[in-house]
Amino acid sequence: MPTFEEFRLPDAGEGLTEAEIVSWSVVVGDTVAVNQALVEIETAKSIVELPSPFAGVVTALLVEPGVTVEVGTPIIVIDTDPAGLLTGPADAPEASDEGHGSAVLVGYGVGEHASARRARRGGPASGAPAELPAGSAAPAAVAAGSTVAPVTPATTPGQAASPVSRPTTPAARADGPVGSAGVNGSAERAAGRSASGATHALAKPPVRKVARDLGVDLDAMVGTGPGGIVTREDVLAYAARAEGRTLATYPADDLPWLASGSVSADGRQTRVPVKSVRKRTAEAMVASAFTAPHVTVFQTVDVTRTMRLVARLREDREFADVRVTPLLIAAKALLIAVDRHPDVNASWDEASQEIVYKHYVNLGIAAATPRGLMVPNIKDAHRMRLKELAQGLAALTATARAGKTSPSDMSDGTITITNVGVFGIDTGTPILNPGEAAILAFGAIREQPWVHKGKIRKRFVTQLALSVDHRLVDGELGSRVLADVGAVLEDPAQALVWG
Amino acid sequence: MSQTGPLTDSGLVQLLTPAGVRLEHPDYSPRIAHLDAEALRGMYRDMVLVRRFDNEATALQRQGELGLWAQSLGQEAAQIGSGRALAPQDYVFPSYREHGVAHTRGVDLANLLRLFRGIDHGGWNPADHNFHLYTLVIGSHTLHATGYAMGVQRDGLVGTGDPERDMAVVAYFGDGATSQGDVNEALVFSAVNNAGLVLFCQNNQWAISESTTRQSRAPLADRGPGFGVPSVRVDGNDVLACYAVTAEALERARSGGGPTLIEAFTYRMGAHTTSDDPSRYRSAAEEEYWRQRDPIDRVRALLAAEGELPAEFEAQLAADSDALGERIRAAVHAMGRPSTSSMFDHVYAGPNAIVDAERAWFQEYEASFLGGGEGAHR
Repeated sequence: MPTFEEFRLPDAGEGLTEAEIVSWSVVVGDTVAVNQALVEIETAKSIVELPSPFAGVVTALLVEPGVTVEVGTPIIVIDTDPAGLLTGPADAPEASDEGHGSAVLVGYGVGEHASARRARRGGPASGAPAELPAGSAAPAAVAAGSTVAPVTPATTPGQAASPVSRPTTPAARADGPVGSAGVNGSAERAAGRSASGATHALAKPPVRKVARDLGVDLDAMVGTGPGGIVTREDVLAYAARAEGRTLATYPADDLPWLASGSVSADGRQTRVPVKSVRKRTAEAMVASAFTAPHVTVFQTVDVTRTMRLVARLREDREFADVRVTPLLIAAKALLIAVDRHPDVNASWDEASQEIVYKHYVNLGIAAATPRGLMVPNIKDAHRMRLKELAQGLAALTATARAGKTSPSDMSDGTITITNVGVFGIDTGTPILNPGEAAILAFGAIREQPWVHKGKIRKRFVTQLALSVDHRLVDGELGSRVLADVGAVLEDPAQALVWG
Repeated sequence: MSQTGPLTDSGLVQLLTPAGVRLEHPDYSPRIAHLDAEALRGMYRDMVLVRRFDNEATALQRQGELGLWAQSLGQEAAQIGSGRALAPQDYVFPSYREHGVAHTRGVDLANLLRLFRGIDHGGWNPADHNFHLYTLVIGSHTLHATGYAMGVQRDGLVGTGDPERDMAVVAYFGDGATSQGDVNEALVFSAVNNAGLVLFCQNNQWAISESTTRQSRAPLADRGPGFGVPSVRVDGNDVLACYAVTAEALERARSGGGPTLIEAFTYRMGAHTTSDDPSRYRSAAEEEYWRQRDPIDRVRALLAAEGELPAEFEAQLAADSDALGERIRAAVHAMGRPSTSSMFDHVYAGPNAIVDAERAWFQEYEASFLGGGEGAHR
């Protein structure tokens, strides 16, 4: 019965984790002897030849030349009993040919450790003294790994022992150099464990203590350390995910908080994959913050007259069907400022090394929605009369709240307002919407003592902040733009002068 | 080879040419006069077996069975020649490449691999063989050897004239170690204390990737007289010359004559270790030059020329070599992990309260894991 042995990539240096297969010295069908050169590999340190640990016939080369594989990866399958002189459990050559896929069964990985060690502790099976554990001296150890046949999980070590027990078996080798990554690969580990019933994961004592303290089962997790050792990080990550339950959602929910998240076992953390709006926001903000050098200028403004104007407009029949807010006046003020300083309504084109001046204003409004931050814009806002602008703002806000903002609503913005004031915040240092050169933060409007006409009066005061892309907007231009916005908000009649 | 500097081959004691022709030397030929064909075949056999062992160990490392291996390839004459000159009571401090010396001291070669498999800090009881454990720290053991030799002095085990009693201490080290302070201190201390020490330097010409030319302007043996230590340069690939110069130095040490520095001029034909790639720093031509000076070839040539190499001996040696290779392979595969508590075993020669307490704590800690008992953490 053919007996297939796998040779796993060893650590040819000290502490190497991978190597590139340079060239094979054998082909499938070749008969090889022990220590005959099989393959040349290149590690971080050197090019070395690997000698065969087996005598037999090459059944499969599992890794193509030029491919880099991790230490412990099976690279070749050798049939050590091509004549079929030995009898043994039925095997499946095609399984071996599958290489990695079959490694689950073929390598039988750590499961051998299990048999060997259990035999040792159990005493009677191996008869070996405790000080001399495992190794091929223990029949059970040899047996479990001496065949690559996938049926072994169902076979007790004792049954498999006699036919093929020889010293040069993976079982014996499984106890290889301490610290070498002779056996790894999560799948086979898992399979080996489940197949052999019970075994212990590899982990250092402090890690075992952490696992015990957290009440998680080391044997249930997959080690990512050298040789498949379970690391502290593995334990903590496992504990964080362990028994994580997906939040329940109900059809009636609009947008459930943290939907798609999973809750940690102790209920103190929920993990939610970063995707959609959150992901795009993150990407946009990173791109903007780390390509456009931001400068932010601030101004504190008496907006009492703006508040009076808002109150009057709310009474105005023409504005009866739209909502008039201070934001509307701020938007108009910004449009007027842009009209006076068109240079600020521009974009830096890194690829072509050009500055693109826009002869239109698509006014972006940063909107907090349940789906996350959106910046839809009002197209051609520069052409709009105040009422149209109010309608545009209302439509934009309603669409965003309904979660129906389309990509086109958000594209080609030229300048943006972020209304942090609605949260009661005085001001902030906004980050530019990518592709724009300026963004205005509109702070909360508060009644404050203010020097008005030489006396301290109770006035409505707000703070404005304007961030600009310093590549194309200098401090002077940014300051003039912000001063114009402030001037209009301080005295809306100024709009008549500039409009 | 250059005729000046540390790589010169002039001034080497040589009793056997690379072609296998004997040379006469007024001082050293008498020291090998008693070596008959049987002894010569024994040396040859040792060299062949050790090389086979060395190759097997290299293959085992490449197959993932050893974490590391330091080859002795090419240095068999220096090791077997000097090792065979030792008396049973002499005490040896090896570095980590002295596989041939270990063999002559009766250490089971398989046990050398326990260290390189990462399962043992040593592998044998030094007292059983008067062969200390391998020392990986370059040159540090030359000071241990010096101190040991000074202790031997104080025990009155030198200069008694009793050949069964007088003993010498030998420290083996490489050319790279001569650049270490420790080796220089060993030369100072052994000289001024007249310690019965043989400082046996195998100059294999490469300290990993650093050539001897980068470490010395003069032959290494020339340093001895500066310390007041007599020195000798010997062809390290000539097993007979190595035997002769070592015998002389041992005699000096045992008789109370003090230390000797031997520079055995040889060549590391393999890599520094299995982690090393010598093709990055030395030429194929250089390796070929030394392949022509293989220490085993010249002994074989001598035996053949003298008609002392019967075919059946060669056949038996080949069979023994293969058997040794298989035995080593099987032994390594059978090496299990040591018990975790074994780390406490040899901390002190005798009982120690702190070590006992720590052992007890550790055993309790081990037992506290699920599935309990020693080794459960694996």
